[in-house]
Amino acid sequence: MTKQLPRLALTVAAAAVLFPFLALFTAALQPQSNLSPGLSWPSDPQWGNFATAWTTAGFGSLLKSSAVIALGVVPIALVLATLAGYGLATMRLKAKGPLFALLMLGLALPYEAIVIPLYYDLDSAGLLNTYWAVILPLVGLFMPFGVFWMRTHFESLPKELLEAAAVDGANSWRTLTRVLLPTAVPALTTLGLLYFMWAWNQFLLALVLIQDPAMRTAPSGLGKFVQQYGKNIPLLSAGTFIVIAPIVLVYLLFQRHFIKGILQGAVK
Amino acid sequence: MADTLVRTERPAASAEARRGAVAAPHRKGRFVPLLYVAPALVFYALFVIAPWLHSFWISFWNWNGIGAATWAGLSNYTAVFEEPALRAALTHAFGFIVFYTVVPVILGLILAAVTSAVPWRAMPVIRTIIFLPQILPLVAVGVVWKWIYGEDGPLNQMLRAVGLGSLARAWLGDFTYAFPAVGLIGTWVSTGLCFLLLLAGIGKIEPSLYEAARLDGCGRLREFWHITVPGLRKEIGVACNVTVISALAGFDVVYVMTGGGPGYSTMVPGVQVYQLVFTAGRVGTACALATVLSLITCAAMYGLNRLSRER
Repeated sequence: MTKQLPRLALTVAAAAVLFPFLALFTAALQPQSNLSPGLSWPSDPQWGNFATAWTTAGFGSLLKSSAVIALGVVPIALVLATLAGYGLATMRLKAKGPLFALLMLGLALPYEAIVIPLYYDLDSAGLLNTYWAVILPLVGLFMPFGVFWMRTHFESLPKELLEAAAVDGANSWRTLTRVLLPTAVPALTTLGLLYFMWAWNQFLLALVLIQDPAMRTAPSGLGKFVQQYGKNIPLLSAGTFIVIAPIVLVYLLFQRHFIKGILQGAVK
Repeated sequence: MADTLVRTERPAASAEARRGAVAAPHRKGRFVPLLYVAPALVFYALFVIAPWLHSFWISFWNWNGIGAATWAGLSNYTAVFEEPALRAALTHAFGFIVFYTVVPVILGLILAAVTSAVPWRAMPVIRTIIFLPQILPLVAVGVVWKWIYGEDGPLNQMLRAVGLGSLARAWLGDFTYAFPAVGLIGTWVSTGLCFLLLLAGIGKIEPSLYEAARLDGCGRLREFWHITVPGLRKEIGVACNVTVISALAGFDVVYVMTGGGPGYSTMVPGVQVYQLVFTAGRVGTACALATVLSLITCAAMYGLNRLSRER
């Protein structure tokens, strides 16, 4: 009894998470003539719905856009966060206070507070409607989390490592690239995966800063798809699966990194 | 508690020790760390701080986004607090805290307390599933639930199947039920995160505390109130922090599911800002609302940090 009840609670919680998507999966396989399918396994599963949704919504180019944006953001943000995390970890305490406060602000700032001026500023800079319009602000927005994340990693290292590098006469750049970076691979992998997911899933910035729907991220494409095909549930469901499939796949492959990253990142 | 104190103290102490180790050999190195921080700061200043200040500036103007702007003084801010639709957006943001924070933290706390003592081989699988909402695009989450809440959707279907058909309705088109219906999605998204955060926290509580309580003849409930909850103070603070921010800054789910409707019964600041700019052409008012929202968010985060770090 004392063992069964907790397990039952966990099973119910997991089922509550999975249920909507299992239901959605059955809906995606219904014939398109069935505009409001309910909860039933289709007698004749229409696997072709996925192909139809793919071509109708142009998910090929949307997934490509998501990938371009995510793969543009990740390397830039990783390099900048690593450098800054290292700088903060070795910095004199005096300058740290205001810098910390400034970065902390960024953790709380809602994206909608800056997207409107970005729209006009990027327009005058001629960057609106390019991938850069989403990549550059995302790098900026990702800095607080990444800098704190990398700083925590560098500060967790034994100080003997740095002492040894100093004794060998390594300057700060050599210390970072030759001594510290090899230790940072797991931390960087986690951070890179989180950055990738957040960029891939980005909706608001893509919606506002890129007016050409084909260049938006996959979730933004889905938002548009809802408006156009909202009544065609089987097609919409298939489209939803196409949009979530890549990120779920990445998650299943690297779930330890995702769970550790979000749980620890929140605590730090 | 003792455990968390040690944990927070240690990095600072070792950082101090290391400063001696790193800075001393490089005498010229005073400004070197700043050089490393600079590129990140430039991006951050250029694409986060500057737009925010620009938004603050725009909030004092009447501007439709195209034509000439006229000075508005504080009138955009009075609009934010006096126009029913705008005020409703802010009220709803606070209302979402119940669904995004209060309920998930309570549920997560109970679930964590009940399950922490029961090891289970299936736990890794359960954890993978429960964490799933954290990595899904919220737009997709919104699409799924919009269908579930639909007039002929699975929810109504189930109600009809069990003879409660009279309760079935177009949930998202209903002035009374649309708001809680949308809010519950926040609960669906946040609960797993809160549970896993708190479960990890319970693992860090000194087992000897529980042993002592058991020797004193404490029941499970008193144990929960006097050891588990105080021991999780920091983790509860973190869970509140993260979820309050997502409650106040919500955009994707509402935009996809209701667009703020019916009327403005599910309107939230994010969607309101978007509509003010791209439908109503009231850029100044949108920026005033955005400014108010970011101040509220920062104040909430500051307050929660103070609360959870006390003692």
